[in-house]
Amino acid sequence: MSSLAPKLCVADVSMTFQTPTGAFHALAPITLSIPQGRFVSLIGPSGCGKTTIFNIIAGLLEPTGGRVLIDGIDATGTIGRVGYMLQKDLLLPWRTVLDNVILGMEIQHVPLRAARERALPLLHRYGLAGFEYLYPNALSGGMRQRAALLRTLLFDTDVILLDEPFGALDAQTKLRMQEWLLQLWSDFNKTVLFVTHDVEEAIYLSDEVHVMGTRPGRIIANIPVPLARPRIRGSVLTGEFLAIKERCLELLHLEGTASEQINEAA
Amino acid sequence: MAVQDTSPSVGPMASLDRGQASVQSARPAAKPVRRLPVQKDWRAWALISAQIGILIGGLSLWEIGARAGWIDAFFWSQPSAIAQTMAIFFGSGDAWTDISFTFRSTIFGFLIGTTAGSLLGLSFWWSRNYAAIVQPYVICLESIPKLALAPLIILVFGIGLLSKVAVATALTLVVSTLTANAGVKALDPDGEKLFYSLGASRLQVFRKLVVPFCLPWIISVLRVNIGLALTGAIVGEFIASQHGLGRAILYAGQTYDIALVWVAVLVLSTLAMVMYATVSWVESMLRKGVRQ
Ligand SMILES: Nc1ncnc2c1ncn2[C@@H]1O[C@H](COP(=O)(O)OP(=O)(O)O)[C@@H](O)[C@H]1O
Ligand SMILES: [Mg+2]
Repeated sequence: MSSLAPKLCVADVSMTFQTPTGAFHALAPITLSIPQGRFVSLIGPSGCGKTTIFNIIAGLLEPTGGRVLIDGIDATGTIGRVGYMLQKDLLLPWRTVLDNVILGMEIQHVPLRAARERALPLLHRYGLAGFEYLYPNALSGGMRQRAALLRTLLFDTDVILLDEPFGALDAQTKLRMQEWLLQLWSDFNKTVLFVTHDVEEAIYLSDEVHVMGTRPGRIIANIPVPLARPRIRGSVLTGEFLAIKERCLELLHLEGTASEQINEAA
Repeated sequence: MAVQDTSPSVGPMASLDRGQASVQSARPAAKPVRRLPVQKDWRAWALISAQIGILIGGLSLWEIGARAGWIDAFFWSQPSAIAQTMAIFFGSGDAWTDISFTFRSTIFGFLIGTTAGSLLGLSFWWSRNYAAIVQPYVICLESIPKLALAPLIILVFGIGLLSKVAVATALTLVVSTLTANAGVKALDPDGEKLFYSLGASRLQVFRKLVVPFCLPWIISVLRVNIGLALTGAIVGEFIASQHGLGRAILYAGQTYDIALVWVAVLVLSTLAMVMYATVSWVESMLRKGVRQ
């Protein structure tokens, strides 16, 4: 396949839900093109269709229009092509952390023994040493997210989708998890699509940030983040960073007032 | 802190400074001093002695009452007669035949009803259409008093072991079906999404998600079901049977052998307790295995 083809391409994807109260236009045609190895964030108000896009990319939802291409090949409506970390960690309470983490490999018929052997060193290296044989209910929120993320990574796809993975964590833990995620990303060379509410988080982590608007969900701006990597925490206070942040907040604010006006008119 | 303000105050400092009169006007009479009630736990041996004491006392009163004529021994029998009948019952060998018969009907009914019911309940996960068609029938079955069908079941399955097993199965099946189905309904759709996002097949989702998720539900009715199965077996024996503790009770009642009624009831209770304790133990083992 051509190295010029983007890793993941969302081509004119739109979605209309049939609800009891009528058709609900959730996504306007949306186009995203993401090269191999990029870290791209989607930010936008709640209900703008971020999770819907992810469900479509993961093949869990058939879009009413458009296509999803992975490596230039049509992957619309096919499952198991991308790693998807849903908004909840969804660790299975009857499995140990180790056995949760290998779920993807197990489903792909990797022998249990081999799967565990592959997972153990990663659990050790990425902060879950000593937790391998515990059950998820013994884990803190941050640890659960680590386990869920490693499960997604060990599924071993080039593209991974992360839906608000740190949304429920406290501020301290969140910062640590961001560093941890960047470490993983540079170690594994994955293409990441990341959803968050947190503008600073989006900019700090990403190569580009897509700002979304609502009613119907659509992308209103694509903002590149040309900050050098590896990034340091202090960079969130630089003028360059703040300028990008201001731009994003402004776009979100404009979008917010616009949709309020639509609501009032409606 | 000096309290100089003239506004009425009910704070503790105010009451100290203002004297009793104003406090009384602001508050009802002083509350009685009350302490947290404390119960002192008896030691285990003391509790057990008390229990045994009550048992012996009750039996002695019964025996004395019967001998003194305060209690009609013809209807109520008396402990000494019951003990004698017990010895005869176990001596004659009928006891073990009856116990084994009731035990087998209960256990087979329990196993068949619980297994089939759980599988039926889980099967509703596979197809929404199938579930929508079949579920109303299950709910109808649930609302039928199944013991009322027992005479029919006896007619169909004969007076042997099979019919008792069938009644016990009928009682346990629906409970297990509904409970397993409740588990299926409580399944988080996002859990299924996770599995499908990993490229799982339906069978994999069923085996690795649906079944382990529903197991606690299925396990939770085991104790209820063993009781129901025993009830089913006994009622089956009441209607028509040649063996079993239920038949022994019925037969003894019809021949006014009240001591034998008591003996059979006692043996039946013991059997029930043993089975209940075993199932509770199995349940706790399973729970540990499932870890939820
Ligand atoms: N299955 C569905 N049926 C009807 N409406 C839906 C469905 N899934 C999502 N929606 C609607 O689509 C919109 C976008 O939802 P979602 O993608 O979850 O938003 P976000 O993740 O950005 O908060 C919401 O208004 C939601 O109510
Ligand atoms: Mg969402």
